[in-house]
Amino acid sequence: MLKTFKIGGIHPNDNKLSAGSAIQVLPVPQEVTVPVAQHIGAPAKPVVAVGDTVKVGQLLAEAGGFVSANVHSPVSGKVKKIEDFIDGNGYRKTGIIITVEGDEWVETIDRSTGIKREITLAPADIIKKIGEMGLVGMGGATFPTHVKLAVPPGKKCEALIINGVECEPYLTSDHRLMLEKGEEVLIGVKILMTALGVQNAYIGIENNKKDAIEYLTKLAASYPGITVQPLKMRYPQGGEKQLIDACIGRQIPSGKLPIDVGAVVQNVGTAYAVYEAVQKNKPLIERVVCVTGKPLQKPSNFLVRIGTPVQAVIDAAGGVPENCGKVIGGGPMMGRAFTRLDVPVIKGTSGILLMSEEESKRGEMSPCIRCAKCVSVCPMGLEPFLISKVSMKGDWEMAEENHIMDCIECGSCNYTCPSNRPLLDYIRLGKGKVGGILRARAAAKKAAEEAAAAEKK
Amino acid sequence: MSKLTISPSPHVHSSDSVKRNMYGVLLALLPALGFSLWVFGLDSLRVVLISIVSCVLIEFLVQKFIMKVKTTICDGSAAVTGLILAFNLPSNLDWWIIVVGALFAIGVCKMTFGGLGQNIVNPAIAGRVFLLVSFPAQMTTWPMPHAVDGTTGATPLAMMKEGLKSGQSVSEIMAANGMPSYSDMLLGNMGGSLGEMAAIALIVGLVILLCAKIITWHIPVSILATVFVFAGILNLCDPESYASPVFHLLTGGVLFGAIFMATDYVTSPMAPSGMIIYGVGIGILTVLIRTFGAYPEGVSFAILIMNIVTPLINTYCKPKRFGEVVK
Repeated sequence: MLKTFKIGGIHPNDNKLSAGSAIQVLPVPQEVTVPVAQHIGAPAKPVVAVGDTVKVGQLLAEAGGFVSANVHSPVSGKVKKIEDFIDGNGYRKTGIIITVEGDEWVETIDRSTGIKREITLAPADIIKKIGEMGLVGMGGATFPTHVKLAVPPGKKCEALIINGVECEPYLTSDHRLMLEKGEEVLIGVKILMTALGVQNAYIGIENNKKDAIEYLTKLAASYPGITVQPLKMRYPQGGEKQLIDACIGRQIPSGKLPIDVGAVVQNVGTAYAVYEAVQKNKPLIERVVCVTGKPLQKPSNFLVRIGTPVQAVIDAAGGVPENCGKVIGGGPMMGRAFTRLDVPVIKGTSGILLMSEEESKRGEMSPCIRCAKCVSVCPMGLEPFLISKVSMKGDWEMAEENHIMDCIECGSCNYTCPSNRPLLDYIRLGKGKVGGILRARAAAKKAAEEAAAAEKK
Repeated sequence: MSKLTISPSPHVHSSDSVKRNMYGVLLALLPALGFSLWVFGLDSLRVVLISIVSCVLIEFLVQKFIMKVKTTICDGSAAVTGLILAFNLPSNLDWWIIVVGALFAIGVCKMTFGGLGQNIVNPAIAGRVFLLVSFPAQMTTWPMPHAVDGTTGATPLAMMKEGLKSGQSVSEIMAANGMPSYSDMLLGNMGGSLGEMAAIALIVGLVILLCAKIITWHIPVSILATVFVFAGILNLCDPESYASPVFHLLTGGVLFGAIFMATDYVTSPMAPSGMIIYGVGIGILTVLIRTFGAYPEGVSFAILIMNIVTPLINTYCKPKRFGEVVK
């Protein structure tokens, strides 16, 4: 019996067009734009100046806070500009623009091709190293990895869960990575286990990647403690909460973190980056990007330097087709539509998905017929029709009461709605508002407590 | 490529639509329709056509001239109401009575509240009940199956009610002349409305609805199980005063109601637990009305009552949230 999560879920057509295409190394572009904020948390602070010569792997910007990550140079060359640019989602961000000259790497990086199996570092040093190398969650959420690995005092990690699910339709970068760098991924997992001090790790892989399941199971035989867990194909299994439920049968209560049920989740892409960082001293300067979509000529997987323009990656896969209507960063369920194509690939860019003009448009909306399909597919057990409606009406109290903040924005409700209602659009709006109210309430409470404490003194 | 479309995720859709669900219901009703054609001949086609055409036309006229909105008659919801209403009527009903029923169903019960998705009660049932209380004689004169000479008779439920009232015991009534056997009931060889005839055709419809994922099992199963259990308990207490549970399941509109009328999206609860409460409520009310009420048949009333309770059920019955119970 294949395992899966217990509540809701949908079965979109997986469309893994590029699953059979091996990872190719994309040539280094002539110019890269490296944003200082490629992660969740505070932007990194630039440590180079305009005119500086940098090498591949040299630190460009250092972490700007506790939840932040270092940013390294993905190329060698001259810093041309440090200025604001408009990123793929339309936000203004600071970027370090480097003109590429040659391909000279920092000497400390081990560029040999051999696999280094022996783990020599102590747990604390591993976490420190991962922080130095600027690792973030590679599944798309881009949460700084070293922060996630620092288990708060009083909590204990009992299981490491590795996300090889890739439940987003179309995307294949994790799939290819598992097939081509299986051994490195497993060593990465082992390093993560050492860092966390856990005995058990589960690599969850959906059943539409049978070759990866088979290959990793075979390899894992010589890595005690690592179990490859085949999972039934079902979206959103790659969601942290759903994956923990599927692999070890524990459900994170509302408002809690994975560590509260004794789990830490990392992506297979992150595990590979951990291997490279710890064993080869290599910062996060490149990643596997899947370029795919029905109108695209050659759906492919590329190893891309961070900062490479999205346009260049698409060109390598046959160029933007005439009938292309939408380009998405990430998968079709949770990815974001690019506003322009001259923006850089960043640490969290797992895929670039092109859609034809017909596919790009939403269907015509009709009235809610209360069919309850959104309720039955919601993986968090919410009532999307209700929280969406109260958000539309601006009834934030009702939205909060009905647990709007539990929504993981997986889009299953939108996907399934026969009336084509934009349920998630309104739920997002409501989450923003309710989140603001909750923060204000917490701040007011804190202020009142402080005032009371001051009065006592 | 000239312009990029920007929209929030998700960027794909299941291609499920209101149309697909409504036409799916029509498809699931086809076996029962075919059966009624065989049993009542062209009379039943007459009722079905008048009912569907008037329902669709009324919706069209209201949307076009009163609400002044884009007409949505192609979504199939008015046609579904029309067909379900027709299935609730006797095959010899005057055409104008059918039109009045459609007017009440679509005009009053659906469009007054704002159209698709806004109605409080199931329009088809409301139409039927409206006709039943307005034209009791015409609405309870049932042509017998395959009757070429226009013979009419009572439904098994009415025979049971009358028999018990006149002091007969259940076994005497069941043995009486004109009471169909269980196998006749299963195959629709009895008096009744167009759609409630053959249990088999209705069960085929249920299978279609479940396979096409148009409905879930919760509502039909909870209704049928409740009717069976509740009628069974009464029957065990006194087999001579209360008909057997099988009799209750196979006669009247229990199957048709449980499969096609109670499962109406708009007027049934959203959470699985709510659906079961709703189904149990309909089951209990049906048996209560049949056994102790004035009418021989109670399915329509039971569904109507539970339709009205649905918003309350929705308020209290919430789906099970993720992480609510920590394991």
